[in-house]
Amino acid sequence: MATAKSAKKSNTSKEELLEYYREMLLIRRFEEKAGQLYGMGLIGGFCHLYIGQEAVVVGLEAAADEGDKRVTSYRDHGHMLACGMDPKGVMAELTGREGGYSKGKGGSMHMFSTEKHFYGGHGIVGAQVPIGAGLAFADKYLGNDRVTFTYFGDGAANQGQVAETYNMAELWDLPVVFVIENNQYAMGTAVKRSTKSPSLWERGAAYGIEGEEVDGMDVLAVKAAGEKAIAHCRAGKGPYILEMKTYRYRGHSMSDPAKYRTREEVQKMRDEKDPIENVRDLLLQGKHASEDDLKAVDKEIKQIVNEAAEFARESPEPSLDELWTDIYA
Amino acid sequence: MTTEILMPALSPTMEEGTLAKWLVKEGDEVSSGDILAEIETDKATMEFEAVDEGTIGKILIDAGTEGVKVNTPIAVLLEEGESASDIDSGAKAAPASEAPAADSGASLDDTDTAKPMSTQPAASVPEPEPVEDPEVPEGTTFKSQTVREALRDAMAEEMRSDEAVFVMGEEVAEYEGAYKVTQGLLDEFGAKRVIDTPITEHGFAGLATGAAMGTLRPIVEFMTFNFAMQAIDHILNTAAKTRYMSGGQMSVPVVFRGPNGAAARVAAQHSQDYAAWYAQIPGLHVAMPYSAADAKGLLKTAIKGDTPVVFLENELLYGQSFEVPELDDYAIPFGKARIWQKGDDVTIVSFGIGMKYALEAAELLGKDGISAEVIDLRTLRPMDTKTVIESVKKTNRCVTVEEGWPTPSIGSYISSVLMQQAFDYLDAPVINCTGKDVPMPYAANLEKHALVTTDEVIEAVKTVTYK
Ligand SMILES: Cc1ncc(C[n+]2csc(CCOP(=O)(O)OP(=O)(O)O)c2C)c(N)n1
Ligand SMILES: [Mg+2]
Repeated sequence: MATAKSAKKSNTSKEELLEYYREMLLIRRFEEKAGQLYGMGLIGGFCHLYIGQEAVVVGLEAAADEGDKRVTSYRDHGHMLACGMDPKGVMAELTGREGGYSKGKGGSMHMFSTEKHFYGGHGIVGAQVPIGAGLAFADKYLGNDRVTFTYFGDGAANQGQVAETYNMAELWDLPVVFVIENNQYAMGTAVKRSTKSPSLWERGAAYGIEGEEVDGMDVLAVKAAGEKAIAHCRAGKGPYILEMKTYRYRGHSMSDPAKYRTREEVQKMRDEKDPIENVRDLLLQGKHASEDDLKAVDKEIKQIVNEAAEFARESPEPSLDELWTDIYA
Repeated sequence: MTTEILMPALSPTMEEGTLAKWLVKEGDEVSSGDILAEIETDKATMEFEAVDEGTIGKILIDAGTEGVKVNTPIAVLLEEGESASDIDSGAKAAPASEAPAADSGASLDDTDTAKPMSTQPAASVPEPEPVEDPEVPEGTTFKSQTVREALRDAMAEEMRSDEAVFVMGEEVAEYEGAYKVTQGLLDEFGAKRVIDTPITEHGFAGLATGAAMGTLRPIVEFMTFNFAMQAIDHILNTAAKTRYMSGGQMSVPVVFRGPNGAAARVAAQHSQDYAAWYAQIPGLHVAMPYSAADAKGLLKTAIKGDTPVVFLENELLYGQSFEVPELDDYAIPFGKARIWQKGDDVTIVSFGIGMKYALEAAELLGKDGISAEVIDLRTLRPMDTKTVIESVKKTNRCVTVEEGWPTPSIGSYISSVLMQQAFDYLDAPVINCTGKDVPMPYAANLEKHALVTTDEVIEAVKTVTYK
């Protein structure tokens, strides 16, 4: 849960590192628990886990300020936890219960929080991209200096509405950060099998949008890039693109036999690039924390996640009347 | 307290699986993310990862065991400070032991492959011999095939007979289809004719439409028809209208196919039935088969024909088996309904997965002494209203069944046809059983109520028959 949004952003203090560690670990443990509940039949349908990509949302949320907005795809649990939504409410939505953020009506792919400025949770690949630009349009129109983070995948980057949105966003100088979470696969399709563009962020240049590639497994690099992008937007210079090079460890969704990549490839990423291990090393090497300190954090996170799971199991199913509510204003 | 590791559900439809291989042994330390075992479902071998860290205290199910039910304890994990001697006393308190079994409503994942479910359509319904199927000559032998296999065979046969036929879509080639409908096609026909596209439906639907104008015969697979909304402009504005707009010069022989309608628990944006949407469009043909034989015969006709076709399949039916005639070239004409069951008291009209409810209801009604005639429209444009009218002239009552929304629906159209053309024969107003007029909710209990149910069909029949 990102709380201290106003924390210092320049040099990385012990407190910041610990916070990133906590938040990334919360996402990972939460997702592992979700996977477990899915295995037990408590979660159904589609469930896309964020494991491996934690540094992207945690780094960007560390750069964001109160009131900034975010919108993403169906792979949304990490984004919700990182922007401070309650793990209990998220988990209870996964189990389709009354205590969930959408009262059980939305499920894993469709959750929202006006309080935390989280605009979903969208199931149609690419659809959130013009929506993000629209949120930014509203902010500009209303004259406030908020920025919208619009997250989408490498696969989504090929959707026509992304190109259309780039053009409008730059044309109208909209304060939107396009965050391409390039986890290298769209389902079973590796990036190079879906495009001959050497890089995805560079496509923005055709519309005059600046951007850059970022090591999305390094939370500090992500945060630094996020700050730069936000400054660009707040200065009224229009949109910015961040292509986060990241990796999903798990299958596309819960039942992906993963024949399109080797176990070794996944293992190598885990061993060499794991975002949580990276911060853990920084904490230990910098003598910011001892093994015991980190164990205590682990325990605390486990507790939060277990409580969320407990809540998600205990929360009752929505009442049948809910079928007919929330359709019209 | 020791923790039991339970047999996981690795897809929404999995009820049991084979514990193919253990990748850990007793005494091994594991941490979260380590691969514990390989588990085979009916379609895939999946790796099963540890969630908690600890030591494998005991393996309860041997490698190679088949038919291990979901949520059966398969091993015991010891936490720090525990030893194997803790197992007997503590294992029963495992966290998962109170978990309900996997939800029995079948559902599928993007990357999953369907399998027949005990609760699913024809499984509980005895398969009636097709009452009228003039396409099948006497003496024809049949083989049992899933809808998935029948669709694949239809494409493969047409690809063999016509070089101009090719398949394109997301994950159709190397992945062999998100729902494995294009299984084996890349192997047989190669990458020139079985083409993986980027995620860009509007683009490739338009491109295929152009290729059809250029004399090819594209089969476009939409991963699901929910995503065809990105592309509907080309289906409606280009493919459907070009023959007309060109004064008949130009054909657009393209087939748009893929799963349509609700799967299970995939929520509002992934669960909708587009039957009534596409059935409205002049210039299109629209098929929505129920059985494997019809899926095959209609898809072959769709591919051979020169009219653009929207071919609406169903994810939950893919794994269902039916008898398919063993004929060299089994093509079923569009615009001819199939009468599944003859009856005297009421006509039940349906199509696609709606037939599941229609047939289940008919069977139960039969036990109550109500004899239902069950008609599968099979194609919605053209639509065989003649067969429906003839039947209603005999039964004097009609109930329609579909999964889509009520306003307006295929059923409301049939009601209007009957009012106009069989008014004097009707003894009761026609009742339309449809999905509820709401976006599809995720919660299991709400979803059940949002869908049309067999009970509603029975209720409707009792109403129109005044029973
Ligand atoms: C318009 C549309 N087409 C297809 C799908 C099916 N689908 C869901 S996720 C996905 C892959 C997307 O990959 P990417 O954008 O890289 O995001 P990731 O899943 O890697 O986070 C596909 C094809 C969809 N949901 N919407
Ligand atoms: Mg991706």
